[in-house]
Amino acid sequence: MWRKTTVIGAVVLILGTGIAGIVVRADEFKDEDLKRWEGEYMSVVTYGRELWVSPKLGTNGVACAQCHPNAANTHPETYPKFQQQLGKVVALRDMINWCIMNPLEGEPLDLDGADMIAIEAYVHHERRGVELAPGKH
Amino acid sequence: MSEYFSRMNRREFLKTTGALVAASSLPVSMVELAFADDRQNFRFAYISDAHIQHISGKDFVRNWDRGLIRAVAETNLLDPEPDFVLFGGDLAQLGTKAELDHGAEIMSALRQKVHYVMGEHDYYLDLGEYWSKLFGPQYYSFDHKGVHFVVLNSILTYDEWTHERWPTAEQRMLEMAGLDNPNGSPFMVGEKQREWLKTDLEKVSKDVPVVIVSHSPIQKIYKGWNFWTDDAEEVQAMLKPFEKATVLYGHVHQIQYNQIDNITFHSVMATAWPWPYPQSYAQVESYLPKLTVPMNRADPFFERDATGWQLLDLASGKPAVHYNLYNNTNRTVAYNPKTGQPEDSAYQDESRRIAPQIHF
Repeated sequence: MWRKTTVIGAVVLILGTGIAGIVVRADEFKDEDLKRWEGEYMSVVTYGRELWVSPKLGTNGVACAQCHPNAANTHPETYPKFQQQLGKVVALRDMINWCIMNPLEGEPLDLDGADMIAIEAYVHHERRGVELAPGKH
Repeated sequence: MSEYFSRMNRREFLKTTGALVAASSLPVSMVELAFADDRQNFRFAYISDAHIQHISGKDFVRNWDRGLIRAVAETNLLDPEPDFVLFGGDLAQLGTKAELDHGAEIMSALRQKVHYVMGEHDYYLDLGEYWSKLFGPQYYSFDHKGVHFVVLNSILTYDEWTHERWPTAEQRMLEMAGLDNPNGSPFMVGEKQREWLKTDLEKVSKDVPVVIVSHSPIQKIYKGWNFWTDDAEEVQAMLKPFEKATVLYGHVHQIQYNQIDNITFHSVMATAWPWPYPQSYAQVESYLPKLTVPMNRADPFFERDATGWQLLDLASGKPAVHYNLYNNTNRTVAYNPKTGQPEDSAYQDESRRIAPQIHF
C-alpha cells in the first residue's frame, strides 16, 4: 500500500512539475510561432501544387494545371455558389472532384482528406487578396 | 498506321460527320460569309493546339482526340473548299512519336494541303526532329494568290536552357510543357531565323500583303505563361515597311486580337481546351490588348465549349477571322479599314458586351 501511494505521489509530482515547466497560455504567440504556422501552411500549399501539376490525380495523365495554370479560372472566392449545371449550391471541393472525375477521368478524393485540403489550400493561395464573393457567377 | 487507329478514326469520323450533316448549321453559316467575286479573294481554315496526349499503349486522351477529329471533319464539310489549311502548332502534348503519329493520322483525313507550324509541345523532346520528318522544315514561306505567307518557329529559347540545363530530353519537354512552370523559358524566334526572315522579306514588294504565322504571339502579353515572344519587337520592325502586315498565332487557346502600328494580330482557338485570360490570375500584371473582346467564359460541363477552329478570308489582304465555337455563338473578327484595326462584328462596342465575356 505504501508503495502504491509513493508511486502515485511521484507521478503527481512529475506531472505537476511538467505542467509548470511548459505553461501554455491560449492567447499568446510569438514570431517564431507565426513562422512555424506559416511554414506548416506553405508545406500544404506546396503539396497542393504538386498534386495540381501531377498526372496521377486522374487516370488519363491530364493534370489540373493543363486547363488552370496558376489555378486561374477556378474562382474559389465565389464558393459556395449555385452551380447551375448541377442545380444546387456546392462547395469548391465538389467542383474539384467534378474535374477529377470528368476531364481527369479519375476517382473523387475524400472530401476531408489531406489531398483535398492541399488542393484547396493551393487554389486559395493563388487567389489570395481577392475579395470574397460567395454566390457570384 | 495501326489497324486499331484507322478503324477508330473511320468510325469516329463518320459519327461526327453524320451528326453534322444532320445538324448542318455550322458549315452553312460559314459559306454565307465566303462568297466574294474578286478572283484574288480566298479562304483558308486554321486548326490549332490539338495537344494529342498519349496515355499508354493504344490509348490517347479522348477529350483532345475529339476536338481535333471534329475540326478536321467540319473543315472537310466546307463548301466551297478552303484553299488550304494551316495547323498552328502543339499537335502533340509531350512531343512523342506516338502523339505526333496519332495527330498526323487524324489530320490526314483533311482534303486540302496543310501547312504546319511548330509548337513547343511538338519541339522540346527531340528538338523537332520527328516533327520535321513528318511535316518538313520548321520555318518557311510560300505565296498564295498574291499574299506572302511566312511560317516561323517562334518557340525557340536560350541555348543554355535547351542544351545544357536538363539531364534528359524528357525532363526538358516536361519543364516546357507546363504553361505556368517557373522553370520554363521565354519563347523567341532567334537571331538565325530573324536573319533568314530579313532575306526572305527583302524579295517581297512592300505592297504585297504579308502574313506571319507563328505559334506564340509575336507581341508581349504575359510572360509567365509565354503569351510572349522575347524578340517580338525585332520581328515587328521587319514588318513595318509593309502596307498590309498580319500576324496569326496559336498557343493562347483563346480569342485575342490587336493592332500595333501597321501590324494586325489575331490568335486562333485550340481544339483541345481553353485557357484563362491572363488577367484572371490575380497575383500578376498582364497586358491583354484593350481591343480584344474576350471569348465567353468556358462552361466545363460542355467539354468542347470554348474550343474550336476558324475560317479566314483575305478579301482585302487583311484577314477576317470567323471563329467556329462549338457550344457558343460563332464570332467574326475582321479588319475595319475605316478605323484601321481588327474589330468584332457583334461585340466591339462596349455597350454590346455580354456578361460571360467578363473574366475575373
